[in-house]
Amino acid sequence: MNFSFLGDYYQFFLTGAYITIILAVIAVILGSILGVGLTLLRRSSIYIIRLIGDIYVEFIRGTPLLAQIYIIYIGVPLLFAGYDIPDLAVGAIALSLNAAAYISETIRSGIEAVSRGQMEAARSLGMNQRQAMFDIILPQAFKNILPALGNQFIGSIKDSSIVSIIGVAELMYKTTIVRGNTALGLEPILVASLGYLVMTFTLSRILGIVERRLKTSDRR
Amino acid sequence: MIDVKDLHKSYGKSEVLRGIDVSIHKGEVVVVIGPSGSGKSTFLRCLNLLEKPTNGDIYLDKQNITEKTINIDKVREKMGMVFQQFNLFPHKTVCQNICHAPMRVKGMRQQEAKELAVELLKKVGLLEKIDMYPSSLSGGQQQRIAIARALAMKPEVMLFDEPTSALDPEMVGEVLAVMKDLAKEGMTMVVVTHEMGFAKEVGDRILFIDQGKILEENSPKEFFEQPKHPRTIDFLSKVL
Repeated sequence: MNFSFLGDYYQFFLTGAYITIILAVIAVILGSILGVGLTLLRRSSIYIIRLIGDIYVEFIRGTPLLAQIYIIYIGVPLLFAGYDIPDLAVGAIALSLNAAAYISETIRSGIEAVSRGQMEAARSLGMNQRQAMFDIILPQAFKNILPALGNQFIGSIKDSSIVSIIGVAELMYKTTIVRGNTALGLEPILVASLGYLVMTFTLSRILGIVERRLKTSDRR
Repeated sequence: MIDVKDLHKSYGKSEVLRGIDVSIHKGEVVVVIGPSGSGKSTFLRCLNLLEKPTNGDIYLDKQNITEKTINIDKVREKMGMVFQQFNLFPHKTVCQNICHAPMRVKGMRQQEAKELAVELLKKVGLLEKIDMYPSSLSGGQQQRIAIARALAMKPEVMLFDEPTSALDPEMVGEVLAVMKDLAKEGMTMVVVTHEMGFAKEVGDRILFIDQGKILEENSPKEFFEQPKHPRTIDFLSKVL
């Protein structure tokens, strides 16, 4: 094993990891917002709207992320012809749209875990459907699904490696460059893997702390 | 105040309510009793449209609330409801539980809502719990908070759906005491319960429901001392 390349190339890995984090953060935040919207669509009283939401989720869950990234990479510039959309933005959009479907599924299970009585109590006090949903149901649902959302976050960090194929200069893309420049097959990948591991491990620790905090706020 | 006309409710093929006609007058305490599965809870839940009647009309202050054009949220503001399982909001403190709907639905200012919460908590004897979360309260305390929460909307009528059925026996009394006070103040109440003592003492009128119909309707005295319908006699012989 030869890791002497690190002296010359460590900054490649750092800047790559930085982009990876940006991608994952955008994917989770934007994905959560879209995921809530998607969940509301899927709980609409209008059949067509429900159907659109369901089809979207089934499509995302049933096709490879790689294919989705290509579709958006090629499709988005067609939609916004004349605008120069950076690859990083395309990658972030693709990851967000993908995460939204999975997050929507998670939120749905979180909402279903909140007892029916909560909605009934809220409605019986004169709150409308929307107020009851946003004030009473969703805050409880989010607490329920925090562990699952954390896993989604970790998943997004790893998934972001796939957008290297459209030239987004995240960690995996940078690793490929290092491999080319140094003619080393294995070692740069090991370094990158360690980088991913550090990111995901740190995150899961932070999430563990947040979860414990939220739990204690239940009993005061 | 509430007039129910030929109320029917079916779930698929099973008919739970099979034609209920009843009027509830202002200031009256109507106690609904009957065996489990008789439809008494469904009847109560139809009154504020938590269950949608399959057929029939419900009038609140002469307004038909089963019509499609009715804003159901406005109607529910006038009807407080207390549930068997309390259904307090676990992520909110006692104060927030009480203040939330008046602020959100009626646009009450925070200061005013807080004062209202203090006043209501005094009434149910739980002022010291104002900043607690529901999970740290006993069942009886939670139910009293739930009553205060419903009262915060200043309803014209209060619906109680087996308010003491999920409580440990020693906590039943404190909840019934709060309900008795309410009745004394002249609140219009419809109470579904298995507490025969409460029915006898506080009720102005008893409705006995079985198999989706009101089989007997009478004053507590008449009802308990001279039941007429065979089903009522049978039921009372089992529960008394």
